[in-house]
Amino acid sequence: MKPLVLEKEQAGHWLKGLCNNFDIFAPLPTDKGYSDWQKWDGGDLFDVAKGVPKSSIKTFFFPQPEVLFQFNARASAPDAFRLREPKCQDKPRILFGVRPCDARSVVLNSMPYEEDPYFQKRIQETFIVGFLCREGCSTCFCKWTGGSPTGTEGMDVAAIDLGQVLYVEILSDKGKRLVGNGFFRSPTKDEETEAKDFVEKAKGQALDQDVASILRSKGLMHLYDAPFWNSVSEPCINCGTCTFLCPTCYCFDIQDETLRGKGRRIRYWDSCMFPLFTQHASGHNPRGDKLKRVRNRFMHKLKYFPDRFGPISCVGCGRCVRDCPVNIDIRQVLRSLLEI
Amino acid sequence: MRFDASEEVTMNPYLPYSAVIDDIFVETEDGNLKTFRIVLENEEDRRNWTHRPGQFAMLSIAGKGEIPIGIASSPTEKGHLLFTVNRAGVVTTALHKMNVGDPIGVRGPLGNGFPVDSELKGKNIVIIAGGFAFTTLRATLIYMLEHRGDYENITVIYGARTPGMLLYKDELKQWQERDDLNVYITVDREAPGWDGLVGFVPTIAGQVKPSPENAAALICGPPIMIKFTMPPLEEVGWRNDQVYLSLENRMKCAIGICGHCNVGPVYVCKDGPVFTRAEVQRLPVEF
Amino acid sequence: MSSVNERITQEIQSIAASMLESGQVAAFLGYSQGTLPGTMQPFVARDVEDAKKFSWNSFCVINLANYLPALLRSLEPPRRRGEPPPEGPLPKVGVLATGCWSRNMVVQIQENQIERQRAVIVGISSRGMVSRRKLEAAVGYREITHIEEQDNSLLVRGDGFEETINRWDVVRDNCQTCVHPDPVIYDKLIGSLSGDRKIPDRFRQVEEIEALSVDDRWQWFQNEISSCIRCYACRNACPLCYCPTCFVDDSRPQWVGKSIDPVDTALFHILRAYHCAGRCTDCGSCESVCPMGIRMRLFTKKLQKDVLELYGFEPGLDPDAPLPLSTYKMDDPEEFILTHIKKGDKK
Ligand SMILES: Cc1cc2nc3c(=O)[nH]c(=O)nc-3n(C[C@H](O)[C@H](O)[C@H](O)COP(=O)(O)OP(=O)(O)OC[C@H]3O[C@@H](n4cnc5c(N)ncnc54)[C@H](O)[C@@H]3O)c2cc1C
Ligand code: SF4
Ligand code: SF4
Ligand code: SF4
Ligand code: SF4
Ligand code: SF4
Repeated sequence: MKPLVLEKEQAGHWLKGLCNNFDIFAPLPTDKGYSDWQKWDGGDLFDVAKGVPKSSIKTFFFPQPEVLFQFNARASAPDAFRLREPKCQDKPRILFGVRPCDARSVVLNSMPYEEDPYFQKRIQETFIVGFLCREGCSTCFCKWTGGSPTGTEGMDVAAIDLGQVLYVEILSDKGKRLVGNGFFRSPTKDEETEAKDFVEKAKGQALDQDVASILRSKGLMHLYDAPFWNSVSEPCINCGTCTFLCPTCYCFDIQDETLRGKGRRIRYWDSCMFPLFTQHASGHNPRGDKLKRVRNRFMHKLKYFPDRFGPISCVGCGRCVRDCPVNIDIRQVLRSLLEI
Repeated sequence: MRFDASEEVTMNPYLPYSAVIDDIFVETEDGNLKTFRIVLENEEDRRNWTHRPGQFAMLSIAGKGEIPIGIASSPTEKGHLLFTVNRAGVVTTALHKMNVGDPIGVRGPLGNGFPVDSELKGKNIVIIAGGFAFTTLRATLIYMLEHRGDYENITVIYGARTPGMLLYKDELKQWQERDDLNVYITVDREAPGWDGLVGFVPTIAGQVKPSPENAAALICGPPIMIKFTMPPLEEVGWRNDQVYLSLENRMKCAIGICGHCNVGPVYVCKDGPVFTRAEVQRLPVEF
Repeated sequence: MSSVNERITQEIQSIAASMLESGQVAAFLGYSQGTLPGTMQPFVARDVEDAKKFSWNSFCVINLANYLPALLRSLEPPRRRGEPPPEGPLPKVGVLATGCWSRNMVVQIQENQIERQRAVIVGISSRGMVSRRKLEAAVGYREITHIEEQDNSLLVRGDGFEETINRWDVVRDNCQTCVHPDPVIYDKLIGSLSGDRKIPDRFRQVEEIEALSVDDRWQWFQNEISSCIRCYACRNACPLCYCPTCFVDDSRPQWVGKSIDPVDTALFHILRAYHCAGRCTDCGSCESVCPMGIRMRLFTKKLQKDVLELYGFEPGLDPDAPLPLSTYKMDDPEEFILTHIKKGDKK
C-alpha cells in the first residue's frame, strides 16, 4: 500500500474516532518521572519521547497474570473443579508509539509461543502503531541484535514523525483497518524526500558482522565454560528486574488460586534469575548458584535461543542495562562472548 | 468484537482431559508411593489415546496445580493409565489424599519416550532401575513383553532400599518366573524374609556384566545411582550412545515454552525426557 | 587539589592492595565504575591487580553488607549442611563501610550472619549518596550521558544541555535525614569522622503520612505500590533479607499470591517492612534499586520511628545491645504477655 500522511493536528481526532472500537495505549508520563504504557484517555496528543518507555509491551501479549482457566471451587457444585476457558472481555487494543525494538520483540517471542493460543489470540487482537527512531538513547543497541532504528518488523502501521505530520506506512491487513477513516492524505513530493532522508540518516551504517550467526557458530560448551561468568555474576542480586522489564523474556509459572468458591489457573511472569525457578521438590537444584542463573540468562538469550530459532533473544532496548541495580551490562557480555 | 475469527485456534494445549481415579494401590511399606489407575471420562478420548513408553503426562488437580508424572502403564494396557506417585510437595500430597472416584485432569502424552519402535528394535535390552524411577521402565517392559519377538534378550536389574520399597511386587514375581527374561531384583541391605540379591544396583550391574553387543541400556534412578552404574558398564565396553537416560527437571507448561526445564538449548519436556548419555554429555550439567 | 572522592578512591585502592598483598584478607569488597553515568558496581577484588579497579563516588547506593555473608561463606572450605566449620581461623574479607552499612554489619553480627573477626572493616564517614532519580528529575528527565562530580556539585551533561546541580539537593532522602553518618565499627578509617548530625525533622516524611486520615493513608499506600512488578530487587538488595526461603516463596503454606494482584502486592510490602522492624538502618538500598521508583523505604522508616518511640532503640549502634523485637523481659509492659505468663503459672 502507498504511504499516507496524517497532519498532527488531526491525529487526536483520528485516535478518538478509534476509541469506540479499541482501547488505545501509549507511553505517557507517570508521576514517577518516567513514561510508561498507559491507557490514553483522549487528552492532548502526546509526543512520543525518544527511547523506550519503562515497561515493554510484552504485558499486552503475556499479561501478568493470564487466566488460563476458571473453575468452580465448591466441591458440592455439579461442575466442581471443571476447567473452563475464560471469555476474554478486553476490547482489541492499539499500541500507539511502539519503538522498532519493542515491535520486533513480539515477532521473536512468537517463535517459542507459536502454538500458544492465548499469546496468539492477543497478537490477533493487538494493533501496533510503531514509531521509527530518529535518534536513540545511549543505551540502545538494536543494530547489534539484528534490528534497526528504522525497522518495522512486528508493526501493523509504521509512522515517521516529520514534525508537522506523521508519515505513515501500512504494513498489514490489520493496519489497513486503522487508517480507513478519512484523516489521511497522500504525501507530497517533499514529504516523501523528507521521509527517505529520515530513514537514511537514522538507519546509519550497517553493522559489519552478523552477531547471531557468529554466536550460533561457536561451541555451546565453549561459551558455557567461558572464564568470565564468575566476575559477571558476582554483583548480581538475583532480582527480577532485568527479566521482567525485558521485552523478550517470556518465562512463566503456572499456579491455581481459589478464593471463596471461585478458582482460576493463572500463568504469571517468572524469571530464571530466581533460585526457585529450577528447584525440585527434593530440594535438588540444577541451577542452585547465582553464577549458573546469570549464565543461563545470557546463554539463553545469546546462544540457546539462536541455536533453536535463529536470532538472538534480545532486541537491544537497553532496559536491563539502565535498570539493573548493579549495572550488569548485556552489551559487555555480548562483546565478551563474541570475542572468546 | 473479534477479528480474524476464522484463524482462531481451537486446540488448547493447556487443557487437560477430564478423568477419574479408578483405583489406588499403595506400593511401598512407608505409604509414600501410590499407584493411581486413571480412566479418561470421554469414551472417544480413551479410544484415541496412544503413547510411547517413557512419555509422561501432566496430572491436574484444579485448585492445587499440575505436575509432570511418568506414565507407568504400557500403551498395550488399554482403557486406563497408571501413574506411580511419590508424595513430595503440594500437588503430590493432595493427590495422595484423593479417593477412588475423584475427578482429575490428564494432559498428555508429553515428551519423546524411549525409541521402542525404532532404535531399540532387534536389540538386546538391559533395563536398570533404582527406587521409584522404575515407573516408565515398567511401561517399557510391559510393552516389550507384548512385542517380545521384536527384541532379543531382555535383562532387568532393579533395586530398592528394602523389600518393602520395591514397586509392582506381584509383577516382579511373575517376571522372575518367565524364561524369556533375566530379572535381578536387589535390596540395599539384608532384610528378614528376603532371600533375593543384596547389594546396590551398580554392584549388581557389575556382577551381571551385560554384554554391549547389539544392545541398549535404559537406566532410570537417582543421579548417584546412574553415576556409579556407568563405570562397570564402561568396563565391559558400553558406549554412551547405547545408554538411554530419562531426565527430570522442574517444568510447568511441558510444551517447551515456560522456560523452566531447559538444559542448555534443550527442553527436557519437549526434546526429552529421554536422552542418550552421549547427548546428555554434550550439554551443561543442569539437571 | 584532588577531590574528596579521588582521595577516597586512592586510599581504598592502596588499603585493599596492601591487605590482599599481605594476605590479611582473601578478598576485598568495594565498588568499581559502572558502564553508565551515575552507576557503580559492587566489586570483589581477589588480588593486588584487581584492587586498581576500586572506585568511590556519590553513586555507591547498594549496601555492601548485603554481599558479606555469602562472600565469607564462599571462602570457607566446602562442607555439608549442618557440619561444623573447620578448626582454626577462616579467611577474612576486607569491606568498606559507611555509617548505615556498618550498622547493618552490627545487625548481622547480632543475628549471627557474620563473625566480627572475619570482616576487616574499612570505615568511611558518609557524605550522603546521590539518588539517580532525583538527579534525573533535576534535569527534567532528559537523558544524562555524562556526570562529573565535584565536592559539592555535579556537572551533568546530555544531548544539548549542561547543568551544574548542587550535590546536596539530589542526595537520597535517607541520607539527607541520616543522623549517624560515621561507621559504628571499623578496623581502619579513611578520612576522619564527622560526628552525629542533629536533624530535628528526620521523620518529617513519615509524619506527613501519619497526619493523613486512615482512608487517605491507605490510598497513599496503595498508590505508592501500584506500579510494583514484584521483581524483589528491594528485598534482594537488603542485608536484612537473608532467609533461605522468603515468605513470598513458601509453598506450604503459601502466604501470598504470586501475580501482581493489589492484595498480594500490598501483603508483600507490609510483611517485608515488618520483617525489617527494629533491624532496618535506613540505608536506602531498597529504594535505590527499585526499577519502578517505589518509595518502599518510607514503610520501614515508619517502623524505625515506632521502634525508636516505643523502645528507645536504634538498630546497629551497639553490637552488645539486645534487639528489641527478639528480646523478652519479665517486666515488659505488654499486657497480653503478662496474662499469658499468669496462666502458665497456675499449673
Ligand atoms: C518428566 C518427569 C517425570 C516424572 N515422573 C514422576 C513419577 O513418575 N513419579 C513421581 O512421583 N514423580 C515424578 N516426577 C517428579 C514430580 O513431578 C515431582 O515430584 C512433583 O512435581 C512434585 O510436585 P509437588 O507439587 O508435590 O511438590 P512441590 O515441591 O510443592 O512442587 C512445586 C513445583 O515444583 C516442581 N517440582 C518439584 N519437584 C520436582 C521434580 N522432582 N521434578 C520436576 N519438577 C519438580 C513442580 O513443577 C511442582 O509443581 C517426574 C518429573 C518429571 C519432570
Ligand atoms: S536483554 Fe536487555 S537490552 Fe535485550 S531486549 Fe531484554 S531488556 Fe532489552
Ligand atoms: S533469560 Fe531467563 S527469564 Fe528470560 S526468557 Fe530466557 S530463560 Fe526466560
Ligand atoms: S537486574 Fe541485575 S541484579 Fe537483578 S537479576 Fe538482573 S542482572 Fe542480577
Ligand atoms: S529495609 Fe531498606 S533501608 Fe532498611 S536495611 Fe533494608 S535495604 Fe536498608
Ligand atoms: S524493587 Fe520495586 S518493583 Fe521490585 S518488588 Fe520492590 S517495590 Fe516492587
